[in-house]
Amino acid sequence: MTDTAADLLAGSRRALARAITAVENDAPEAEAILRAVHPHTGGAHVIGVTGPPGAGKSTLTDHIAKAFRAAGERVGIVAVDPSSPFSGGAILGDRIRMGDLALDPGVFIRSMASRGSLGGLARHAADAAALMDAAGMGVVLVETVGVGQSEVDIARAADTTVVVLVPGQGDGVQAIKAGILEIADIFAINKADRDGVPQLEAELNAVLDLAERRPAWRPPVLRTVAKTGDGVAELAENIVRHLAHLRESGGLESRRLARAEAELLARLEEGLRRRVVAAALPPERLAALAARVVRREADPYTLTAELLAECFAG
Amino acid sequence: MKRIRVLVTKPGLDGHDRGAKVVARAFRDAGFEVIYTGLRQTPEMIAETALQEDVDVIGLSLLSGAHNTIFPRLISELKARGLEDLLLIGGGVIPEGDIPSLKAMGVAEIFTPGTPTGKIVDFVAARAG
Ligand SMILES: Nc1nc2c(ncn2[C@@H]2O[C@H](COP(=O)(O)OP(=O)(O)O)[C@@H](O)[C@H]2O)c(=O)[nH]1
Ligand SMILES: [Mg+2]
Repeated sequence: MTDTAADLLAGSRRALARAITAVENDAPEAEAILRAVHPHTGGAHVIGVTGPPGAGKSTLTDHIAKAFRAAGERVGIVAVDPSSPFSGGAILGDRIRMGDLALDPGVFIRSMASRGSLGGLARHAADAAALMDAAGMGVVLVETVGVGQSEVDIARAADTTVVVLVPGQGDGVQAIKAGILEIADIFAINKADRDGVPQLEAELNAVLDLAERRPAWRPPVLRTVAKTGDGVAELAENIVRHLAHLRESGGLESRRLARAEAELLARLEEGLRRRVVAAALPPERLAALAARVVRREADPYTLTAELLAECFAG
Repeated sequence: MKRIRVLVTKPGLDGHDRGAKVVARAFRDAGFEVIYTGLRQTPEMIAETALQEDVDVIGLSLLSGAHNTIFPRLISELKARGLEDLLLIGGGVIPEGDIPSLKAMGVAEIFTPGTPTGKIVDFVAARAG
């Protein structure tokens, strides 16, 4: 076992921080760390908090964390913000809303930049959550921005996904378009101190009523005011209730099986891709083959088949 | 891939964080990942955040003249966590005469008002890259 993994399992916060860095950088030691901690994961309730920028996700996450702390849980938070597409740098500001948690020894917060690759982000965020789980956090909150494909991918790594929307911004319609309804286990209408709450509630409920069969879990639509903490207790109760529902219905097991299948496939694809490219497609050869395709001397379909045959011959 | 991670923070109760934000944006534009905590950070909060975020650099924005108390307390909090090797820099209204003693206690560099942000970026890139 690596020192970092052993120290992490022994409770070192420094080791947890370094392990997350290794995972995020795809550093050579990352895989050994993840392998060593894997038997110690699976205990945490992983909660995704997602929604458009400025919806109040960080403020809400701060309150949810406090509610779980009050119940005696240790809480990990992975807070993702976008990287600049121009420089690759990022300003990660979620901690501004979580100041009170900074000195709580039962809380560990990590800010993470999206770093371009969406598949990479989903994997890095899930791995960071797993490391916090192994370090003994009973609850891990994963905050992500937006309502796109990356959020859907990240949601797959969560047991419970809270979608945060704001009244009066057409969020309901947007969410429906972006397929966010499928990933929401709970809706939080935040900034419920503003106008337009009944309309958004009605929109969401109308769509939930259209669901083809009566689902065993109908996502509750809750009102919160993260700025004051109003509604947060009820939100936290519903999060706990959702996990209990998943346990009783067998949904937890099936979600985690589906996640393990997806992870195995993703890692296999990535590993295969790397090996095939390393063995058969160094950059010069790739460029030469591409040139032949453009000159219509060869077609990509035949070339792919030939390359695969070359790699897997015998 | 590795990226330089910088904690930009403003200790003390006073004032605004305009200067800190300007530097944070310059760091972002240089490709660094900036953890921005805003105002009212105690030395203990700063050290604990640096630990959790596994940063390479801490940049303090100081306006209050409290540098002679904040830096020693921060350095002792960092030592308590085994983080004394982090690159520690400061910016703000700090009298020239105080700078040598700050450097002696482990502050890598002090940037006084008017320093071009490019100079701060270059310093961090050279020392933490
Ligand atoms: N009026 C109102 N403002 C809120 C509420 N929750 C958060 N805010 C404010 O909305 C802004 C964005 O909050 P933040 O938590 O950073 O949003 P995020 O980008 O979704 O993480 C901040 O200025 C918050 O103070 C709320 O319930 N009501
Ligand atoms: Mg946020």
